Amino acid sequence: MPDSSGSNLPGLLSRYQDRILTDWIAAQSDVGVLRADLMREAEIRRQSRSFLTHLIAATKNGLNFDIESDQWQDVRDMLTEVTNYRVDHGFTPTETATFIMALKQPIFECLRDQFKDDPNTLVNEAWSATVLLDKLGLYTNDIYLRGREDIIQRQQQEMLELSTPVVQLWDRIVALPLIGTLDSSRAQIVMENLLEAVVESKAEIVIIDITGVPTVDTLVAQHLLKTAAAAKLMGAECVISGIRPQIAQTIVHLGVELPQVATKADLQSAFAHALKRTGVTFSSR
Amino acid sequence: MRPEQGRPTRGGTDRESDGADAAGEVIPIHTGADVSRVRRVATAAMATIGASKIETTRMVTAASELARNTLEHGGGGEMRIAIVGRMSKRKVEMTFIDQGPGIPDIHRALTDGYSTGGGLGLGLSGAKRLCKEFEIKSAPGEGTIVKVASWTERP
Amino acid sequence: MTHYLEPSRIPIFQIGDCLLLTIQVDLEDRMIMTLKDDLAERIAKSHAKGVLIDISALDVVDSFIGRMLANISAIARILDASTVIVGMRPAVAITLVELGMSLQGVRTALDVDRGMELIRRDTSEEAGRLHEA
Ligand SMILES: Nc1ncnc2c1ncn2[C@@H]1O[C@H](COP(=O)(O)OP(=O)(O)OP(=O)(O)O)[C@@H](O)[C@H]1O
Ligand SMILES: [Mg+2]
Repeated sequence: MPDSSGSNLPGLLSRYQDRILTDWIAAQSDVGVLRADLMREAEIRRQSRSFLTHLIAATKNGLNFDIESDQWQDVRDMLTEVTNYRVDHGFTPTETATFIMALKQPIFECLRDQFKDDPNTLVNEAWSATVLLDKLGLYTNDIYLRGREDIIQRQQQEMLELSTPVVQLWDRIVALPLIGTLDSSRAQIVMENLLEAVVESKAEIVIIDITGVPTVDTLVAQHLLKTAAAAKLMGAECVISGIRPQIAQTIVHLGVELPQVATKADLQSAFAHALKRTGVTFSSR
Repeated sequence: MRPEQGRPTRGGTDRESDGADAAGEVIPIHTGADVSRVRRVATAAMATIGASKIETTRMVTAASELARNTLEHGGGGEMRIAIVGRMSKRKVEMTFIDQGPGIPDIHRALTDGYSTGGGLGLGLSGAKRLCKEFEIKSAPGEGTIVKVASWTERP
Repeated sequence: MTHYLEPSRIPIFQIGDCLLLTIQVDLEDRMIMTLKDDLAERIAKSHAKGVLIDISALDVVDSFIGRMLANISAIARILDASTVIVGMRPAVAITLVELGMSLQGVRTALDVDRGMELIRRDTSEEAGRLHEA
């Protein structure tokens, strides 16, 4: 059932509800969030199932990214409950937000299965899912912070690190959607995480999407360049996508050249480029 | 670190341990094998202060570059290594000393691509970028001293 | 003195028309010079089409070793073999970039399998071109 926003995500969520739930719970224990010492598995299961049900209800009339709006009320309440429970049980903000972040991979896998012959739709939907879940993840962080103002600094730092997940889009292709301001120290962390991810996932192409990055200064541009050069030495290729006109101007103005890196306007074209580079062809449907 | 790989034993000075007591050591630099030894001792020292993989690789690579310069341009010399400071403020300090010809124009020697020996001219400038502290003293006929230091940002 | 017992020599294996060498230890300068000579001879003798140098065990690659790797691949190229450096670790890659060494002209791959793939692709492309001509 296609919705008004044209996204297939809501339909996919309800179709694959059981599978997503199972994979999600498994993923939470993989990343160590299922802290047996702090929380019983039955409780995780209950929270996860209930959240997923609310998520499906909130999206059934179309995907609306404004999570402050009315249709998200139940999801917000649920997240508040989940977060407060975790604050009370001594979870860190990272562990708390990972409740949401761990949902990414299961959804991506369903998307991959569903749209394996349609890379454009796949990327669009993967992107929507990323944006949505990042927002919800950040929302848990807000709630967490509201309760404990005194350690804001550290938590924001943790949140920044957390919101740079490396996502496997396809065999040999990973994407790193960057959201928020990149300062030098975060750029450093991003670079190290990314190169580790290249080794782990044996990725040949890494798409760094900077659509969500408001500004790029010389230092950040240089970090991106160094990352690309280092990835190349390891045998992987970097593609930067989502360079907005303003940022392109900055880059040229700063005299930074990007010789090692392919640049693409958006994630879709970067993905298409990556598929071509890795020799993937699609049979016509 | 597994150091022993066909390294010839050359008398007393070779009986160092590569372990935690790497601090406060003097390593003579007269052969290519000594350059390897500098790398091993530097690695052990970075491990002692709990440095990350990247921090260690950066510092050890710088040590390798500087030791090679001591050997090739300075006609041999030594490296002194020590762990200074306490608790989380600890850092690894390495000083490379030779009585060779010295460097007439330090500024130029620190320029990427400048080499008098057919090298790439990246060693000295690269070492400066790789370490958190870098100091050089040199004059023609008076030898060369390069002192570098690094620490860990890990909590 | 027998060659195969000498610990300071890096063994070179042949797989099909590829030569594979794995650098396991901190490289002393002397060893890599010997390696350069050994390898040139082996390529010429075996008519190998590709050389894979696995450096995944290396913690440190300084400008000297970097230059030697570039030299080896240039020599191999003249002998009509392409070289792929495989398995460079993230920390080593970052450090080389910081040093200012981009290893221009040297090809890289994530692991031995991917390196092998790269060489196969090369040789079959070349065969394809010959065929067209
Ligand atoms: N200990 C030293 N004594 C005398 N001269 C030195 C010393 N260290 C460096 N130099 C001078 O500084 C120049 C630059 O050093 P640098 O290490 O950057 O390059 P290089 O050793 O020539 O080449 P590379 O290190 O890239 O192989 C050298 O060519 C040499 O002239
Ligand atoms: Mg040098």
